Amino acid sequence: MRFGVVVFPGSNCDHDAWYAITHNLGQQAEMIWHDSPSLGGVDAVILPGGFAYGDYLRCGAIAKFSPVMTAVRRFAGQGGLVLGICNGFQILVESGLLPGALLRNRDLKFVCREVPVRVETVNTPFTSAARPAQTLRLPVAHGEGCYFADEDTLDRLEREDRVVLRYLDNPNGSLRDIAGICNERRNVMGLMPHPERAADALLGSTDGRVILESMVHSLVAQ
Amino acid sequence: MSDLTPFEREKIRSILKREPTETELGIFTVMWSEHCSYKSSRLHLKKLPTRGPRVLVGPGENAGIIDIGDGYAIAFKIESHNHPSFIEPFQGAATGVGGILRDIFTMGARPIAVMDALRFGPLEDPGNARILEGVVSGIAHYGNCFGVPTVGGECVFEACYNGNPLVNVFALGVFRHDEIFYGRASGVGNPVIYVGAKTGRDGIHGASMASAAFTAESKQKRPNVQVGDPFLEKLLLEACLEAMKTGAIVGIQDMGAAGLTCSTCEMGSRAGTGVEIELALVPQRETGMTPYEIMLSESQERMLIVAEKGREEEVFRVFRKWGLDAVAIGRVTGDGMLRVKNHGVVEAEIPNRELADQAPVYDRPHDVPPYRPAGMDAPQFSSPDLTADLLKLLGSGDICSKQWIWRQYDYMVRTNTIAGPGADAAVVRIKETGSSVAMSLDGNARYCALSPREGTKLIVAECCRNVSTAGATPVAATNNLNFGNPERPEIMAQLVESIEGLAEACEFFETPITGGNVSLYNETLGESIWPTPVVGIVGLMRTAAPVTIPFKEEGRTVMLLGGLGSCDEIRFGGTQYAKAVLEKLWGLPPALDLDYEKRVQAAIREIVNGGLAESAHDIGDGGLAVALAECSMEGIGAAVEVASGLRPELLLFHEGPSRVILSTAVPAEVERIARAHGVEALRAGVTMKGILRIGNDSMTLVDCPVQQLRQVWEKALENQLAARV
Repeated sequence: MRFGVVVFPGSNCDHDAWYAITHNLGQQAEMIWHDSPSLGGVDAVILPGGFAYGDYLRCGAIAKFSPVMTAVRRFAGQGGLVLGICNGFQILVESGLLPGALLRNRDLKFVCREVPVRVETVNTPFTSAARPAQTLRLPVAHGEGCYFADEDTLDRLEREDRVVLRYLDNPNGSLRDIAGICNERRNVMGLMPHPERAADALLGSTDGRVILESMVHSLVAQ
Repeated sequence: MSDLTPFEREKIRSILKREPTETELGIFTVMWSEHCSYKSSRLHLKKLPTRGPRVLVGPGENAGIIDIGDGYAIAFKIESHNHPSFIEPFQGAATGVGGILRDIFTMGARPIAVMDALRFGPLEDPGNARILEGVVSGIAHYGNCFGVPTVGGECVFEACYNGNPLVNVFALGVFRHDEIFYGRASGVGNPVIYVGAKTGRDGIHGASMASAAFTAESKQKRPNVQVGDPFLEKLLLEACLEAMKTGAIVGIQDMGAAGLTCSTCEMGSRAGTGVEIELALVPQRETGMTPYEIMLSESQERMLIVAEKGREEEVFRVFRKWGLDAVAIGRVTGDGMLRVKNHGVVEAEIPNRELADQAPVYDRPHDVPPYRPAGMDAPQFSSPDLTADLLKLLGSGDICSKQWIWRQYDYMVRTNTIAGPGADAAVVRIKETGSSVAMSLDGNARYCALSPREGTKLIVAECCRNVSTAGATPVAATNNLNFGNPERPEIMAQLVESIEGLAEACEFFETPITGGNVSLYNETLGESIWPTPVVGIVGLMRTAAPVTIPFKEEGRTVMLLGGLGSCDEIRFGGTQYAKAVLEKLWGLPPALDLDYEKRVQAAIREIVNGGLAESAHDIGDGGLAVALAECSMEGIGAAVEVASGLRPELLLFHEGPSRVILSTAVPAEVERIARAHGVEALRAGVTMKGILRIGNDSMTLVDCPVQQLRQVWEKALENQLAARV
């Protein structure tokens, strides 16, 4: 399978995602520059972590206007798999591909640590390889990861089984402990934890692999 | 406006053979400042060992470089940003990170790790707490956005840092041998290209400010502190590394202290060439800047590149891609002069070599004993409750968990961090080679206040032991010498003794110094800080799963490699026990047997790399009891029983070096290795769930649930900060 990793000028987890896909999963991956109007025929897209254009304004607020996001929107509209990690999640939310917003962490500090999250649904191409209610140990590293949406949106996300991951030890004040969600069509997912940082036993946890491997399985099944 | 002495002004007149212009005077002032010229320390820094089989580039370049095999090399260095961090903690610390990162990538290396050594006054003073919070969020802001993991460091509180905090930042980068670049303006006729941020009025005279003591008016120097933009630095990193690949770049240097002045004359001096620039071409973000201001600005995120003539466009194309300014502002000449023009008018014309390398060198008087803030005799003391003492130590600022700090740093980005903050040494893997780099940063001003020479040797030993406990072989060193006013002989004597101790220890452990930084005049209202040399040691190992501090399993043998150590009351005066429990300082630092230390290190490396230890932890601040408590923090404690003639306080809390605690399922094999290295390996006890118990000759000294130890240790810093109104 061929993954595309989008590179904004301030992406800094782009190489980590590329490495996890190519070296830990043995799949193909290529970088896609932010001003590219096309995705070059990849099978799935990852929006990696980082600070897309510095994010001095609001995380992802400028990235949504970049040429590559037009291509990502089109790709998502055609049912292509899009995974937004951390800054990638922020960009998906800013772009309107996912509902809600990511606010400053409740204690106003950047937080970097491993947190336990629970898989809330295996009915997505990002979690199909997981066990229902499986607990994953995944690292977080963000200053603006507090998931926020109005009550109706939150209710709807839960009703439609679109809360994909929930924190068991909420590090940022996210409403209803939400760590990751998907869109209505279930082909676009955003999450604050970093699965690509938990794909190599040497670094402590390999729990992130289940998310990346689910994507591979889903692509093979298509 | 000038801080030059009459002697220095006379020297300038003799170099120029005329009166200097105002711009020239400004240029000399910053280049000949203590910060840029090392004029008080240079004479003594020559005593440091700088050569070794792995050293590719030693002191004098932007960073030292050592060979790590497989065609790869690492560049690393430490720098201080003490003065700016006092005046404006957030930006001061942030730009400290930015500056050292540029030193690394200007050589062609991609930064893969940062560590920082921090010193603050006690947190009871809300001003100090504010400085701590500002510094930590400044480091986080810059490092996290740039995308380099902050993998370790240390943080110490001492009253001598009231009004003079220390922020020392270490950075390390990796590259191939054929990717190394130097700061040299070679090739007459080659274009000199300015890249990166536009020049503003920020940071003018930062280097001279960093070379002066603080007075009551210092806070008014806020405009002297630079403002950092980590996103721009990230762009600059990627653009520089990409431009280097074109083959069109001849030399490159970052604009750090003394900005355009320092980069032009140093690049020219190293290459033996002249550099001519036109200031009207320099990208400026403010209007009406004078030549003086442009030359002395310390605006951040700027680099100077010398490119091959005719290939400028290849360089420009890369910088355009990353949305950065890149402008040819001058050329390399054959006359050895730094010639600065403004709209065609010559504003400065100074020989590069004299400016960059012939600053006056002072042999400052130091023929007095180093200043000691303490007496020699031990006070009377006798502990009514040793468990309570242990808890007090675990909750003290220097020993408690620094989690509140390092959770604000992204210590995992780039997915190389095998051992991060909280470990004895940080370990970062090199994906390209299958090897890993272990690194440790350490300082101990209490030891150095009692004896700068012995204290500094202990610091080097501790760093090397940390790196060895991770399984790595120490191979090189960098240092940051933070001292007071060198014009006072008793302070200069501290500096000289410390440098000589550093030289002796680095020679002994075969860790040549490849670069570093000297920060003097750390003095506020006439009060100097205690001597604070900070040492960074880098070690190499094959990449492997780390052996970490916590005990892993119940029923394992707890062993003391190196034994119980020895100590008398005089040598107990610099310990954390003396500080936190007795609130006193006296005597001498712990005694160090260099040879024994080296053998302990060789033994622990062999034990760890042989997979014989399930956990390993070096005994340092707080001694045996604190180290055992730290090993117990994940829930598995230990019952330890020793037989020692030392009085209980000393047995539990003395800080004698050359000791490592490990837990193992195969004690006999550990003993065999220890024997082969001629060091003691004591079976001291057995791991057990939930309890830490330490006894001597069947008398219980400490008995405490692990949960209680952890509670005190983990939240102490957070609680102290929260308690502040």
